[in-house]
Amino acid sequence: MKARVHVMLKNGVLDPQGEAVRHALGALGFDKVEGVRQGKVIDLDLADGATEADVTEMCEKLLANTVIESYSIEIQ
Amino acid sequence: MKAAVLVFPGSNCDRDLAVAFEQAGFDVSMVWHKDSALPEGVDIVGVPGGFSYGDYLRCGAIAAQSPICKALAEHTARGGYALGVCNGFQVLTETGILPGALLRNAGLKYICKTVDLKVATADSVFTQGYAAGDVIGVPIAHHDGNYFADDATLAALKDQDRIAFTYGDNPNGSRDDIAGILSENRRVLGMMPHPERAADEGHGGTDGAAMFRALAGMVAEA
Repeated sequence: MKARVHVMLKNGVLDPQGEAVRHALGALGFDKVEGVRQGKVIDLDLADGATEADVTEMCEKLLANTVIESYSIEIQ
Repeated sequence: MKAAVLVFPGSNCDRDLAVAFEQAGFDVSMVWHKDSALPEGVDIVGVPGGFSYGDYLRCGAIAAQSPICKALAEHTARGGYALGVCNGFQVLTETGILPGALLRNAGLKYICKTVDLKVATADSVFTQGYAAGDVIGVPIAHHDGNYFADDATLAALKDQDRIAFTYGDNPNGSRDDIAGILSENRRVLGMMPHPERAADEGHGGTDGAAMFRALAGMVAEA
């Protein structure tokens, strides 16, 4: 089984890297970009028997810091 | 008086922190991250600055899962003292021993300079050598020192007088200019600035030395 975890800063948490990317896009002439948020994608190769609940636990314990980040899980 | 300084792969302020403890009169042991216990009778644990595990995933996230951090959490849960500086502060938030998190600096730049720090409370073993309102010069050296906590957490920190230091001129976007915070029992301090880099005449400033002297005095009395 494969799982893909998306980790993003929560809404309301300033994302200075996303802001820098937005400014750079503006400088390149992409003037219709109103916001950029940058996150992480983590791909997991899992042995048989692993469950989505296991991945949720991984997110809670390590992959995301839920003080500042939200996550979503795609099972592939 | 015993201090233990944790050493992770990528720690680089561990020896500086050990020297500051030693100069204040502590016996210091260096403790490797794979150890699962602290030395017997340790009064205070120092969690040093640096780039533990190359800052992979998030600063301090991997270090927070190391065996020695379980022992650290048990030590603080028992009421033991701990001081986390810079990456050590990040480790303390990642373990959940202190609330909040450290984000990338708002200006995106790594900043290395001496800054003015305001002592926000003198009511802790770490800050009792200062007076509230004192302004001291202490170096910062970080890329991810932008303190974030939600509104409820910030309100609790203020109500409980747990903000230890604030920046005079906020360099990194930290909420409410926060540079360092205390645990609820006031025995754990996490701070981004480096008091151990302002503890000896050779450093160009000694404003951080009062913290280590006060800690030594406190432990000697206990």
